[in-house]
Amino acid sequence: MIVAGIDVGGKNVHIVIARNGDIMAKAGAPSGINKAEAVEQLYDETLKKAGLKREDVSQVVATGSSGQRVAFAGGVIPDAAADARGVIRLIPSARTIIDVGAEEGRAIKISPEGKVLDFAINEKCAAGTGTFVDTMARALEIPIEEMSKISLQSTKSIPMNAQCAIFGESEVVSLIHQKTSRQDIARAVHDAIAGRVGSVARIVGIENDIVMIGGVARNDGFVESLKRELEMDIRVPENPDFVGALGAAAAAAAGITGEKVEARVVEKETIEEGTT
Amino acid sequence: MAKYKTKGLDCWQRAKELRAKYYKDYAEAHDRGALRWEGGAWMFDAVPQSLEGEIHVLTEEPYGAAVGADPKLQVRYQEAAEGKWGCARDLCAYLRNYWGSIVLNEYAFGGEWPKADFIFQNHICCSHAKWLQVADEIEGGDVPFFCFDVGVGAYDKIEDRQIRYVVDQIHDGIEFLEKHTGRKFSDEKLIQNVHNTYDSACYWAKTCELNMAVPAPLDEKTMFSLYVLGCLEKSNPDFAHFYKYELYPEVQDRVANQIAAVANEQCRVITDTQPPWGFLRVYRYLEQYGIIAVANLYTNSLIGWWTHDDKGDLVPWPTLAEQGITIKDRDHALWLLAEAELKGKSQWAQFYGAKYKNHFVTKIAKQWKCDAAIIHLNRGCEGTAQHQMETKIALQNMGLPVLTFEGNMADEREFDETRTYRLIDLFVRETLGLQKVAD
Repeated sequence: MIVAGIDVGGKNVHIVIARNGDIMAKAGAPSGINKAEAVEQLYDETLKKAGLKREDVSQVVATGSSGQRVAFAGGVIPDAAADARGVIRLIPSARTIIDVGAEEGRAIKISPEGKVLDFAINEKCAAGTGTFVDTMARALEIPIEEMSKISLQSTKSIPMNAQCAIFGESEVVSLIHQKTSRQDIARAVHDAIAGRVGSVARIVGIENDIVMIGGVARNDGFVESLKRELEMDIRVPENPDFVGALGAAAAAAAGITGEKVEARVVEKETIEEGTT
Repeated sequence: MAKYKTKGLDCWQRAKELRAKYYKDYAEAHDRGALRWEGGAWMFDAVPQSLEGEIHVLTEEPYGAAVGADPKLQVRYQEAAEGKWGCARDLCAYLRNYWGSIVLNEYAFGGEWPKADFIFQNHICCSHAKWLQVADEIEGGDVPFFCFDVGVGAYDKIEDRQIRYVVDQIHDGIEFLEKHTGRKFSDEKLIQNVHNTYDSACYWAKTCELNMAVPAPLDEKTMFSLYVLGCLEKSNPDFAHFYKYELYPEVQDRVANQIAAVANEQCRVITDTQPPWGFLRVYRYLEQYGIIAVANLYTNSLIGWWTHDDKGDLVPWPTLAEQGITIKDRDHALWLLAEAELKGKSQWAQFYGAKYKNHFVTKIAKQWKCDAAIIHLNRGCEGTAQHQMETKIALQNMGLPVLTFEGNMADEREFDETRTYRLIDLFVRETLGLQKVAD
């Protein structure tokens, strides 16, 4: 059976097409403003890579913050559920998942079977997400890909005091004017995010093996910062930003499509009655 | 096919009428030569209500919440409080709704803001300590104001000296009331009002106790519309009658006949703190999964009084009749009132530490047979939101799965409905393993 998993995040779309558990093709691209259109286009490209047509795919499951935008999906599963399914396939010993994407950072505690036992999500603050890294890279005037490399060259820990991505940018500018090296600043940025992410992870309790996924997991400098923060080893699978899509594909293969539950409410009485 | 039979409450309409009349009476009080006063919902409305003649109260929190239940109205009032008056956005959401209402000279129930004749307030929290002082300032600064201190310690630390401390302040308050209203204080009225207060508080607790039954006869969204009467005025004779002779017997009957609040009840949850009032449909969303919110420290004990039995379980505070008490005089009446409010209102717990809050929350979770917990991380009330993450851990240590979601009880700008449904779907489907049940 050929299935597809589509992860539509805040910034990027990732697609995995698999047959009997083996990946036939995968692709990722920025989702842009028109996510539905971006998904359609990328899906067709991925199918072409796999030498397939749409009708060859038995089941499509979507996930991600904009998973509902995939009109042709047979179902949508929560992103943490997709993460769990994807990670447990790759690393069966995983018990704590840390997924840091562009707009959200989350920690998920899973059972040996890959069931989500608990989760905590940094959903309102950019300071613990990939957006923070992007913003600081711009302030340092270096490509985002360079942030990882130069932070690993730093030998000094400099605390960043700002709690907020906006004030953090001002602080980076100040550090530049103080002639602090870019290497040390990049490490400080990673350490700051690691602090936030570590706090979220501690809410669910940290248990080995810890697996990090999501786009920010490709940033080796950040992963090192997080290891220092947690004082524990962290495993990063190959293609960590595709794990959500892989998990959605695994759900599709298992016939778990989730339900497109509408927020339809059966009101027994009008809302304006009695409150305090 | 539904698992249980269900039907609406027969006394529902009556509750609506009582609440509507309360707010109308407050607005029209001066037209009838009656007095009106502002104060907190937590306690001691029995005291000013014992002045001779007709008198009506507007309690702050229910008003703030009523505004919060209407997101469009609430945003307008809060922007008035923040933008025109200049208060910070991270203050209590009810308080900003209240102040904004005054700033705009609007009464949420129609017409202009009805100015109070006096303020009688107790300091249950930092917000309450300033709330009506600022309200008075906005109104012109000429409303006579009396406040008293009630932060005297957790329920297991209350001795006679703390009760005496509060009672003596209320005696001073009675002098203030007579002086500034020109009316005599009636001890006979006080004694009756204390009886009414006991009936309201004790029979609400007894009603909550009935929700231990499976299936639960009441769901929390419905309970919000019922407990509010006790928040408006526990000493009101009509409200006391409603709790004792209308609501409680009907809920007893529902338990006896296995009439459920949610026909497909399959999972019982304990919740925490106030809900996001403008989005109570979240409860109905949960019901699609057969999930019913059956208890909450807040819902059970904001007006309900509780004590512990010999086994250490929570049981309703006994009424005066059950205790065989005849009130002798003014001081005795005030003593009984203060004692029950200070010792019996479990909602004090979070002010005295995580240990106290977790004690009550875990007992409730166990006694009300809860399968899971859903905690609203309520940015709108720092008081009730204290220790919520410790409470999460305590519930998890009991073996309950716990969902937390961020929000604000009365500020719709801080509640993301779509994201909350996503979290619920994840929690319910993945962690609880439940699927949607038929309506």
